[in-house]
Amino acid sequence: MAPKKIVLRFAADTSDKPIIYHLAKEYDLMVNILKASINPHKEGTMVMELTGSRYEEGIEFLRQQGITVHPLTQEVVRNEDRCTHCGACTAHCPTNALYIERPSMEVKFNGDECIVCLMCVDVCPVHAMEVKI
Amino acid sequence: MIVERTYKEINERIKAGKAVVLTAEEVIGKVKEKGIIQTAKEVDVVTTGTFGPMCSSGLFLNFGHTKPRMRMSKVWLNEIPAYAGIAAVDAFLGATELSEQDPCNTNYPGEFRYGGGHVIEDLVARKTVKLRATSYGTDCYPRREYEKDITLDSINEAILFNPRNCYQNYSCAINTTEKTIHTYMGTLKPHIGNASYSTSGQLSPLLKDPYFKTIGVGTRIFLGGGTGYVVWNGTQHFPGFLKDKESGKLTGAGGTLAVLGDLKQMNARWLRGVSMRGYGASLAVGIGLPIPILNEEVLEYAAKSDEELYAPIVDYGDAYPNLRSEDLGCASYAQLKKGSIKVKGKDVPATPMSSYPRAVEIAGTLKKWIQKGDFLLGEPTQLLPGPGENDC
Repeated sequence: MAPKKIVLRFAADTSDKPIIYHLAKEYDLMVNILKASINPHKEGTMVMELTGSRYEEGIEFLRQQGITVHPLTQEVVRNEDRCTHCGACTAHCPTNALYIERPSMEVKFNGDECIVCLMCVDVCPVHAMEVKI
Repeated sequence: MIVERTYKEINERIKAGKAVVLTAEEVIGKVKEKGIIQTAKEVDVVTTGTFGPMCSSGLFLNFGHTKPRMRMSKVWLNEIPAYAGIAAVDAFLGATELSEQDPCNTNYPGEFRYGGGHVIEDLVARKTVKLRATSYGTDCYPRREYEKDITLDSINEAILFNPRNCYQNYSCAINTTEKTIHTYMGTLKPHIGNASYSTSGQLSPLLKDPYFKTIGVGTRIFLGGGTGYVVWNGTQHFPGFLKDKESGKLTGAGGTLAVLGDLKQMNARWLRGVSMRGYGASLAVGIGLPIPILNEEVLEYAAKSDEELYAPIVDYGDAYPNLRSEDLGCASYAQLKKGSIKVKGKDVPATPMSSYPRAVEIAGTLKKWIQKGDFLLGEPTQLLPGPGENDC
């Protein structure tokens, strides 16, 4: 079963609930947290991959907790005309979705591995990495 | 010397379509196969290339006179200030200039989305740029305000004049502190989390002629996709050598070039505005130099490979900002290009800031121009200062 990427958004009053524990223990889901920005009593976001046959039940559980759940629709794309293949982004991509092919030293982008952390958008000197919504 | 040829002889062969030209990458294999002497006999020119952010770049502009006439005191292009204290309608736009409204690092790290380098890119891409000027007015230049959309083709001159480009070699930047830092060498993670370098290594023009035996005033070059010239040494031109302690090998260290060319025949693919987060704006410039193989000694240096060329490792967290010298050793360009180097016993991922694929393309383009007979070598009227006797 292929993992599904989702984005969770927590309101201030839901950000301290132990949801991962419940997803794994009660719904038997495999959880892979790709990105999390959670602080107690503040709004937060989490990007995760969920795998398991009880996926829909798990999503329903999350919604019942007051957590907003969206599939990961935001996408990072590369503007091929702007990219100069310098390689500056590759040091900061946490999943190696951006990597240097050797020996050509060309920068490759594998969108399937991208977790939309947006680090590349910040560090690309020529603004070649763009967010597509 | 066993092999000797002159600029004139090489240019005759170029005109006849007979010149043998190899890129600085191709010549390495050829020398390994046939040796220095035989290769020097066969090859007339070796082409080099580099494409990366190069501060100390800028543009001299002449807008043409307004009606009524105006002695422009202050000039902005797309709200980026240009220096107008030259003459009535002349200005110089620097690559790192920012708008007076730019928040800079008030919301650290700043984005620096648009600066002088971006205006240069927009002009060369034939986009419309807003010129705004103010003046105090004189009897012969009465106009006090002016605003006009201009393009590269609507103004008299646009001369790219970069006082310091094409660094011979550059630091491999690391960060030993506990905080992430944002530098012109990119974002550097704490505890030596990554290393950033910015030279095309075996394709880098000045690394391939470290004694400055062929490069001087009047050397014709690939500049920004068009033709340009070396007009002087660059500022902070400190030719000399760097010694790798482990191998004992020497690499050219601190030579630079001042280059000039007509922007109207350049191309936005090779002049790209850049934004360095937390640092500022600049311009990425594409430069390629032809190295005439005047003799086997010139070839010997032109054929150096990434394994024989080194970058010094520098701590941008402490030693660099505080202008303190510290010997952290060197990394060969072969190691750097593999993507991992050792610093203080730690394996550190290394990534480039300058584009090797684009450097390959520049060296290849220059090779084609010469082969087609479109590009003759410029014989320097005066060579640039090379390393002193104590430097070697």
